[in-house]
Amino acid sequence: MNLHIDNVSHSYGQTEVLNNINIEIEKNEIVCIVGPSGCGKSTLLRLIGGLEKPSRGKIFQIGDAPSNSLNPLTYIFQDFALLPWMSVYDNISLVLEDHDLTKKEIKEIVDDVLKRTKLSDFKDVLPKNLSGGMKQRVAIARALSVRPAVMLMDEPLSALDSQTREFLMDDLVSLWEKEKFTACYVTHNLSEAVRLGHKVIVLGSRPSRIQEVISIDIPLSKRKEHAAQLQEKQNYLWNLMKEEAMQADEEVING
Amino acid sequence: MAEKKEIPFRGAGFTYSPVAYIAPIVFVVLIAALEWGTRTEFISNLTLPRPSGVYEAFVELYETGLLFKHLGPSLARLFIGSLIGISLGVAVGVMIGLFNYVRAGLLPVVAALFPVPKIALLPLFVIWFGIDEGSKYALIALGTFTPTVIATYAAVDNVDRNLIRMGQSFGLSWFSIVRKIVLPGALPGIISGLRISFAIGLILLVAAEMLGAEYGIGAYVLEAGSLYDLERLFAGVTILSFIGVMINWLSGIIERRVLSWRT
Repeated sequence: MNLHIDNVSHSYGQTEVLNNINIEIEKNEIVCIVGPSGCGKSTLLRLIGGLEKPSRGKIFQIGDAPSNSLNPLTYIFQDFALLPWMSVYDNISLVLEDHDLTKKEIKEIVDDVLKRTKLSDFKDVLPKNLSGGMKQRVAIARALSVRPAVMLMDEPLSALDSQTREFLMDDLVSLWEKEKFTACYVTHNLSEAVRLGHKVIVLGSRPSRIQEVISIDIPLSKRKEHAAQLQEKQNYLWNLMKEEAMQADEEVING
Repeated sequence: MAEKKEIPFRGAGFTYSPVAYIAPIVFVVLIAALEWGTRTEFISNLTLPRPSGVYEAFVELYETGLLFKHLGPSLARLFIGSLIGISLGVAVGVMIGLFNYVRAGLLPVVAALFPVPKIALLPLFVIWFGIDEGSKYALIALGTFTPTVIATYAAVDNVDRNLIRMGQSFGLSWFSIVRKIVLPGALPGIISGLRISFAIGLILLVAAEMLGAEYGIGAYVLEAGSLYDLERLFAGVTILSFIGVMINWLSGIIERRVLSWRT
């Protein structure tokens, strides 16, 4: 299943946040969207997943989601969005309970995703007893459990410290290597974008339009070995964004 | 070489740390001072009763079996009245929190009811529900209803929107979101509202019993007051204070049990 974002513009009241956005997200590819803060990256992601309606333009899915997918468009949130009163296991089974699954099937799925994210030993733990990185792994496990066609990741690593971020990036790469998934990954962190993105889309500041789309051909698993090349891409991206970011920084925030 | 000085500590104070032994000492000192003051007639017997006299009144109450005759109906009234008021209050509060039309329709009604001193309605309730238990239940129920509604809908409003959005993004049904996300998320606010509701219930209980009851702590206190029997009056007041403390203690336990997930 591919996604096609067709000429989408969006405004909140008088303020236009997105202007004529066209993006193609292809199967098994990770598309990173970068841009200065407040440029509407997260808004775009909410539009893609149907949590908000675009003011103009449309978002299409091309082809059907795999028939075993329970929730084709699945989010991973920056703040993890785990229910604090539920254990790790219950947090994941929560999103499966509304589907036509038996208790046994739910248990199989949850056990499987917990194993894939190396969380099996923590299934009875409450979120408050987990570190930030662990919480995000639970959220990733939860997202995997519904077998998404596209994962919509809203700054998933931004609330974590840089060491944890490294570990989780490695985890994401190995998850992708083992079982390819499609993802739209929003971040303001350029090093994440060049490590995880097959395509990096640069948005300008408000009202954002697409400034440039760059492709990175190095396979995800080999990227660490090509640090110099990645750094080059990252510098290039930073030069593109620098002025916009500076402008965005000086802007008076009005709600 | 420059002079070497230790950097002075200036971070003291403004932190809370529990000191367990102070509370009993305060009570003992207070009661001892009263006992001493009344015995030496530094405090006139017309102003305050002697603590030992209050204790004797309490023992007498217990030995004549009147204690439970008064306590039983009082607790039953408090319990039944609050149960009606709180369960209706939680139900209405959740509805106000969830449905815009219910909010638009009922919130003004609740806001108008809230500031009315409920005791003023007692004569009306006596006409409606009779002089017996009915009017007392109604008074306590109404008194606990409004603060529960307000605490509940505020708690529903305060549920983390991100969690609700998460539920929507995973395609959970409306009913699942309410049952598994909104209600548990609102529980801390609802429970802290219950504490206030119970305190109001206790006040109204005494007021209702003072206006017409044969038995009940309120009736006992009123009778002692009109006979100017300070020892028995204070024995009654002490029982009321004790009920209040017990309710607080119980809610504390429930809170820790049910809300152990809070950080």
